[in-house]
Amino acid sequence: MADSSPPAGDPADGATRRDFLLYAAAGLGAVGAATAVWPFIHSMNPAADTLALASTEVDISPVQEGQAITVTWRGKPVFIRHRTAGEIDAANKVDVKELRDPQTDAQRVKKPEWLIMVGVCTHLGCIPLGQKPSDPKGEFGGWFCPCHGSQYDTSGRIRKGPAPLNLLVPQYTFLTDTSVRIG
Amino acid sequence: MSDQTKFDNKIVQWVDDRLPIFSILKHSAVEYPTPKNLNYWWNFGSLAGMMLVIMILTGIFLAMNYAANTAIAFTSVERIMRDVNWGWLLRYLHANGASFFFITVYIHIFRGLYYGSYKAPRELLWWLGLAIYLTMMATAFMGYVLPWGQMSFWGATVITNLFSAIPVVGDYIVTWLWGGFSVDNPTLNRFFALHYLLPFVIIALVGLHLMALHTVKSNNPLGIDVKGPQDTIPFHPYYTVKDLVGVGFFLILFLGVVFYAPNFFGEPDNYIPANPMVTPPHIVPEWYFLPFYAILRSIPDKLGGVCCMFGAIIILFFLPWIDSSKVRSAKFRPIFKQVFWIFLADCFLLGYVGAHPPEGNLVLLGQLGTAAYFAFFPLLWIIGKLEKPRPLPQSIAQPVLKPMEKH
Repeated sequence: MADSSPPAGDPADGATRRDFLLYAAAGLGAVGAATAVWPFIHSMNPAADTLALASTEVDISPVQEGQAITVTWRGKPVFIRHRTAGEIDAANKVDVKELRDPQTDAQRVKKPEWLIMVGVCTHLGCIPLGQKPSDPKGEFGGWFCPCHGSQYDTSGRIRKGPAPLNLLVPQYTFLTDTSVRIG
Repeated sequence: MSDQTKFDNKIVQWVDDRLPIFSILKHSAVEYPTPKNLNYWWNFGSLAGMMLVIMILTGIFLAMNYAANTAIAFTSVERIMRDVNWGWLLRYLHANGASFFFITVYIHIFRGLYYGSYKAPRELLWWLGLAIYLTMMATAFMGYVLPWGQMSFWGATVITNLFSAIPVVGDYIVTWLWGGFSVDNPTLNRFFALHYLLPFVIIALVGLHLMALHTVKSNNPLGIDVKGPQDTIPFHPYYTVKDLVGVGFFLILFLGVVFYAPNFFGEPDNYIPANPMVTPPHIVPEWYFLPFYAILRSIPDKLGGVCCMFGAIIILFFLPWIDSSKVRSAKFRPIFKQVFWIFLADCFLLGYVGAHPPEGNLVLLGQLGTAAYFAFFPLLWIIGKLEKPRPLPQSIAQPVLKPMEKH
């Protein structure tokens, strides 16, 4: 149509102009409507006060070797385990290439004796057992998720069961030797 | 309008001339020509409608005493049980009503499956039914979260985490669903809002379902088309009365459970307040989700399991085109009839597997059940091609009237 460029006043020309105006208006209207939807969708994302509660400080001095504590961070449990030399050894001996989510133990800790990670199974969000001495720890001496049978080793890496990833290591910093800030 | 329908009552006529509600009612609930051979399996549509009304009524009155805040949600439900006048009745009607609503809907769906009610020209009727079913599932899931017990909390956690299986955007979607970094107060609030909203969406869908039904008319146990007025009877009084008989029997069962075994369908763990730090040793969804839960757990891959679980429902939308047989009713389809019962048994098997921890032989059983579930659909296509259906009667009236003429 554009090539033939009919003279002004030609009915065909009028029709294309009208079409253009119609599509442009409808297109702009659609963009406007889509933009108006965003505040509604975004209102469901975490609010400012929820985001503000994003870090936790923990005193780890009472945790003896071989013990573990669970603290709350962003409404989720965080496992802090004071690992024994045997557990660290076991985690280092694993052939990384055999792992579903390959990570060396060194990549998962800042100090080898302190393993800190989010205690939420990467499958469907249950809390794995293994923090208490009486808990089942699975075949790999780490954690066992009772919901669907995922098993984690002494480095919190997924070894067996449906979970796809290792237990998440959150951002954390040692403020002192006995105090750590998570988040 | 005014010269088509005449009502004896002048006021009714006056209203109807301006707003034809009485004509519409008369047309679609009184005179509506219904196949004369419907059996009692056709009662479950109206029973489901009754359950929807009961659920909305009890739900509105429960909402007057419920508080959607994690600090007091659990105690507000206990207050309804102990202190609110007749609160225990409202809550037990509502909690067990969900189960009985699903019982009616499952029977309704399997009736449609057996008698081929999903086939042309009833494809959209079938789709709207499935849309109602999906909306019911979402509503039931969010309603179960509201009492804020252990099963509420962990059920919500597991189900919302299903969306984390989606590649790339999964985690953002889950955070968005939660409104935080775990299931918490924002989650409870929005679930309550949506739990209150969705039943009205269901009402709208039921309206469309009925519009489609009254356009294509009811299927019947023979699965053949209505040939003329000799094949039908008016809906009222014949089927209104028959539906009421069904309502009587159904209410005996429903109220029997409400009064004598009100926690039969419930989980004891849900009488423990939600604790985000402790997962119960054995998480189970409500019974009506068990077959899908079994399918989810049978696939040893997170994304694969989630896809199969949703796929198990999505595939039902394609039934009208998967089933290659032109004959609707299983009455005349000897092979399909057997496969239907095997499919139904398989759904019960998956339900059994879903209710138990995934250990030992149950894992294998669940995987076989899942395979059988999905095998049903290609099999349906093949059977339609191979099966030789039994001869169909010429009309609905024929098998009824012929023997009578001989006498």
